[in-house]
Amino acid sequence: MSVRVQALLKSPWIFHLSTGSCNNCDIEILDCLTPRFDVERFGMLLAGSIRHADVLVVTGSASRKCIPRMKQIYEQMPKPCFVVAIGECALSRGMFIQSYNCPLPIDKIIPVDVYIPGCPPKPEAIIAGIMKLVKKTEEGLKNKQAV
Amino acid sequence: MIYIFVCYGFLLSAMMGLIASWVDRKLTARIQYRVGPPFFQPWFDLIKLSGKELLIPTTALRQVFLTAPVFGLASVILASTILWLNDLHASQSFVGDLIVVVYLLMIPSICIMIGGFASGNPLAGLGSSREMKLILSYELPFILAVLVPVIKSGYSLRLNDILAFQMQHGVMITSLSGFLAFLVCVLCIQAKLGLVPFDMPEAETEIVGGPLIEYSGICLAIFKLMKYMLLFVLPFFVIILFWGGWRLTGVHLWLGLLKYIIFILLVVVIRNTNPRVRVDQAMRFFWGTLTGLSSIAVLLAWIGK
Ligand code: SF4
Repeated sequence: MSVRVQALLKSPWIFHLSTGSCNNCDIEILDCLTPRFDVERFGMLLAGSIRHADVLVVTGSASRKCIPRMKQIYEQMPKPCFVVAIGECALSRGMFIQSYNCPLPIDKIIPVDVYIPGCPPKPEAIIAGIMKLVKKTEEGLKNKQAV
Repeated sequence: MIYIFVCYGFLLSAMMGLIASWVDRKLTARIQYRVGPPFFQPWFDLIKLSGKELLIPTTALRQVFLTAPVFGLASVILASTILWLNDLHASQSFVGDLIVVVYLLMIPSICIMIGGFASGNPLAGLGSSREMKLILSYELPFILAVLVPVIKSGYSLRLNDILAFQMQHGVMITSLSGFLAFLVCVLCIQAKLGLVPFDMPEAETEIVGGPLIEYSGICLAIFKLMKYMLLFVLPFFVIILFWGGWRLTGVHLWLGLLKYIIFILLVVVIRNTNPRVRVDQAMRFFWGTLTGLSSIAVLLAWIGK
């Protein structure tokens, strides 16, 4: 169990799902892959297909049309996996909180492991968030072994 | 035999392939002014993928979908065993092993294609049909180019005879026909490996991985391992044919390594300096320019140049 989670933490492949965002968050995620930030040094790659992915990166405020699709995508992702919510919209629906079209925040629909706030968050913040996830999981594994 | 099969055919080739794939990724990153992945990245990727859940789509043909990667990997291991056999037990090599290797090296592409069709995903089907067109286009110049060393070594279909000929008369690549055929082989190998500019079957940005789109978990890991091993086995085959092989004794060990590194550098540079071409452009290129070049090489070899 722990070997496979450790290997997963060394090469988390990312699938990017936009559930009705304004596209700013998406652009910031793509920024992480550019030479300036280069997440490949942590082994992260952008996976084209959800079947290859380990981390589901969700942006946007989960509109009604997107909710069933988001659930479907989450179920199609091979486990073990993580979910990262990026941007104010994904965390709490942000300025769309009163909207008729956004009934629920994302973490009421699928389990979210990391929240990265910001509108949009900087690429540095996104990378720091994902590294926090890696550290947290590693520590959890260590504590489990100690017990 | 079993020993060669496991130690050389599988383990050594897989190690070399994994290291080569890391070199490929790191160099690509450096060319783009990035830092690139750490050294053990390919190993982590494989371990991670084999620990993940294996999903089988309901539309898939179950047996074909699951066995396609296994057959692909098995044929690569067999091909590399036959190649190593020439180095280690030359007496045990057989007449016609050249043809067997050419066939075995074609099976991985066919397995990817069949796996894609069996998954029942329309994008995978599209990728598979592109893969099929690509196989049809590169096999002709590749086989013509492979004929050149055969003709030069006095019509021998045994890899060992070709190696012995090169020991006596100098390597193939120094002659004009050998050089042309070598160039054709390098470009065909680029297509066989599915690297840019001939990666349209997998085109991540258009059809999100093509035939591999529905694969996950251990099956994807086997396909990845197969591709990494091809990154070693195909250059090794071409080095045997045109560049005097790779003997594991004394200075030849390091010379062989140098040849292989030059080959990998060539592949990486081609991959990083070219955009992806369309299928019709690739077919025109392979059936026109490269078939012409390799025909000229065969003619030159026939008149003894
Ligand atoms: S959090 Fe801000 S930047 Fe991101 S999708 Fe919402 S409104 Fe756009």
